[in-house]
Amino acid sequence: MSILPLFLIPFMPESASTFADEVDLYFLFLVGLTFFFSVVIGALAIFFMVRYRRRRPDEVPEPIEGAMVLEITWTVIPFLISMFIFAWGAKIYYDMYKEPKDALEIFVTGKQWMWRAQHPDGVREINALHLPLGRRVKLTMTSEDVLHSYYIPAFRTKADVVPGRYTMTWFEPTKVGTYHLFCTEYCGTQHSGMIGTITVLEPSAYQSWLAGGVSEGSPAKAGEKLFASLACSTCHQDQNRGRGPTLAGAFGTQRVLDNGATVVADEAYIRESILMPNIKLVAGYQAIMPTFQGQVSEEQILQLIAYIKSIGPKQDGSAPTMATQAGAPAGALDGRSPMTPAAPNAPSTN
Amino acid sequence: MATEVIASVEESRQTYLNNGHTVKSWLLTLDHKRIGLLYLFSISAFFLIGGIYAALIRLELLTPKGDLLTADTYNRVFTMHGVIMIFFFLIPSIPAVLGNFLLPIMLGAKDVAFPKLNLLSWYIFMIGGALMLYTLISGGIDTGWTFYPPYSSIYSNSEVTIAGVSIFITGFSSILTGLNFMVTIHTMRAPGLTWFRLPLFVWAHYATSLIQILGTPVIAITILALALERSFQIGIFDPKLGGDPVLFQHLFWFYSHPAVYIMILPSMGVVSEIIANMTRKRVFGYHFVAFSSLAIAVFGFLVWGHHMFTSSQSMYAGLVFSIISYAVAIPSAIKTFNWTATIYKGSVSFDTPMIYALAFLGLFTVGGMTGLFLAALGLDVHLHDTYFVVAHFHYVMVGGAIIGYLGGLHYWWPKMTGKMYPEILGRVSAIIIFIGFNFTFFPQFILGYLGMPRRYYAYVPEFQVLHVLSSAGALVLGVGFLMPLFYLAWSIKYGKPAPNNPWTAVGLEWQTSSPPPTENFTYDPVVKTEAYEFEHVEEIRQAGKAASAQPA
Repeated sequence: MSILPLFLIPFMPESASTFADEVDLYFLFLVGLTFFFSVVIGALAIFFMVRYRRRRPDEVPEPIEGAMVLEITWTVIPFLISMFIFAWGAKIYYDMYKEPKDALEIFVTGKQWMWRAQHPDGVREINALHLPLGRRVKLTMTSEDVLHSYYIPAFRTKADVVPGRYTMTWFEPTKVGTYHLFCTEYCGTQHSGMIGTITVLEPSAYQSWLAGGVSEGSPAKAGEKLFASLACSTCHQDQNRGRGPTLAGAFGTQRVLDNGATVVADEAYIRESILMPNIKLVAGYQAIMPTFQGQVSEEQILQLIAYIKSIGPKQDGSAPTMATQAGAPAGALDGRSPMTPAAPNAPSTN
Repeated sequence: MATEVIASVEESRQTYLNNGHTVKSWLLTLDHKRIGLLYLFSISAFFLIGGIYAALIRLELLTPKGDLLTADTYNRVFTMHGVIMIFFFLIPSIPAVLGNFLLPIMLGAKDVAFPKLNLLSWYIFMIGGALMLYTLISGGIDTGWTFYPPYSSIYSNSEVTIAGVSIFITGFSSILTGLNFMVTIHTMRAPGLTWFRLPLFVWAHYATSLIQILGTPVIAITILALALERSFQIGIFDPKLGGDPVLFQHLFWFYSHPAVYIMILPSMGVVSEIIANMTRKRVFGYHFVAFSSLAIAVFGFLVWGHHMFTSSQSMYAGLVFSIISYAVAIPSAIKTFNWTATIYKGSVSFDTPMIYALAFLGLFTVGGMTGLFLAALGLDVHLHDTYFVVAHFHYVMVGGAIIGYLGGLHYWWPKMTGKMYPEILGRVSAIIIFIGFNFTFFPQFILGYLGMPRRYYAYVPEFQVLHVLSSAGALVLGVGFLMPLFYLAWSIKYGKPAPNNPWTAVGLEWQTSSPPPTENFTYDPVVKTEAYEFEHVEEIRQAGKAASAQPA
């Protein structure tokens, strides 16, 4: 291919997170490998075709049976190369999944066709996300309707946003600037309009941006108000005096259910208990809580969770905050490992 | 003078083509060769429709803003492009056309094991196809060919249920063809035709049939579940109804990943035939090539989760699916090396089929190698659902499957029609397709790494240069694809009469006349040698010369 006009085109996206450089290096290694094998095979094939072109119509070449040594060589070498590729890719993937302890947690909800985000101090934004430079940021995400996917090319990160469960992605911005945010899971008519801007600011600039934003109070504060206005507090009173278990100190603890099983009171469990309260009932309580399906939005559920978290046991910062319960439904394939906050909302098991 | 004489000889000889000229004799035929041609016409029509959709996509993407189509129309266009190309062109292409025509002849049989079932397969295909045409006329569907719920089951306002029924029905055509082929290969081989004397085309079709029989029912039941949720609000996939959307992805890819091998394995079989016969060499490492087809078919069922690395499936599931995906890459690499080694010290002809085979070798290598990028966990997070994926699977589907199909169509065209296609035009169009293809899809790899998502009808302006390059390439590619359509059709009437064995090839199909008689052979074939035995090629050539000299 004549390459001249291609010099005008960028070949690599901007690199603005701690993942980006390693992903790029890994990518270039694979590009080199592909180039090598394509050129070797292409050149050999063309060379053989020209060198051994048919010179007479009655030509009969010597038959060659095959060669075991060659077969083993070109089985074993590609296998070893591919295992190396696997191991490197797995290492990066593991890092992307390993939830950081001290991360700034931002809630994201996707809906057709916009991205909403809420910062820990309550500032909200739509189709935009402002981030402080050099700080680890964890996004806890869910969807109000269909599947979406939160993709920041400059960070090399992406995670599907799935209705009915929480998914997580994290990154650490390394460069001040504005970057693209794309929805990469097809979500209907305006899928290509579900884009936004990621703005990475110096930490001080981030603070002043937050100060200028319209805050409705932190998610926990908003959750507290909701807790009162939805009359949750009528039953969930202190010291187990109500008809429901008390929620102070409950977050992240093991709960014993009426069928004897135990479950960790994490985000997924709280969400499920708000929407389908009687599936996993804490032992000693009756199945009398009504569902709040249709009465609370995903954002409000996240606020309620933030509130319950805030009255939970004091965090020492060491325990993974979103340990998914052992015994999660469909744990083998879909429970998203101890590191990530996805638990399907399937009513079938436990 | 000579041609007239030959023509009259042609007329006097009974062939499958002149055995009945009525419409009824075609529509009620039980002859596998005629059924193969029925499929050829049907899937060519679908290829044309799918191609028109592709043209609309590339036109829309010339500019960053949506200006030619509305967003909604664009979504329907790319969905219909995918659905038609995959379910109505690629999956039936080689097995239903070339497989139907050649498999019994290669086995030395008179027909497939169940000729009536074979005709039924075509009718089922046509019923499914008619429903898809109805879907298309009523506006098409806008879910993407992957039909992910809850969008497809609850939110989409298009004819998802009818399209689902259409694919459900068409699936049975695929299952029955696979079943028919498998039984035929097991029971109808000519005396002396042992398993390891089978042409590699047959091995490839055996592996394909295995996937068709075992995989297709899963997509059928998945689509049925989707239709139930859509029509009766039975909660299976939508969380609001108590379902799980990721469950659908597992079920969908359990079929749809092996389906990739339904498309590519037969193409690999074709390439094995072409390279062996066009170089007069036994395929290097015959057993390795044969068994790698089976290995691909088996491993292919264990890698579906590599489509779901960012879906919220567990990290450990991701690790397992990734490592098995590398295992399935090895048999493909083995094939590629063996084909290249086959050319070594051969007697290489540069006829059109060989040019296609060479193009396949190059494009499939790139397509396969870029699959390694996507099976790589940490990198797939960045590449998933971008144009990198689009480029990768077009290198495999078009650069692999369609290039193989066209190579095979040229290679066996003289046998199927009794006419030669124009050789120069054949070579020129193969080269145009190769160039056009690379110009269309290579820029998409770069687009993908830069972060351009799939299924976007409008995009950020910095991607425009690469999109324009891609669209320009698509124009060249389109011309390349239209050329064979015209000259092959032309050759049916005006082409030079084909000798029985124009390539001096070995294989039972070249021992019968072109076109073959209805019963395939005028004698009972007995096989005494391995496949690709070129020792007596000179005698074959002399005999061929004598036969064509005789009438004059």
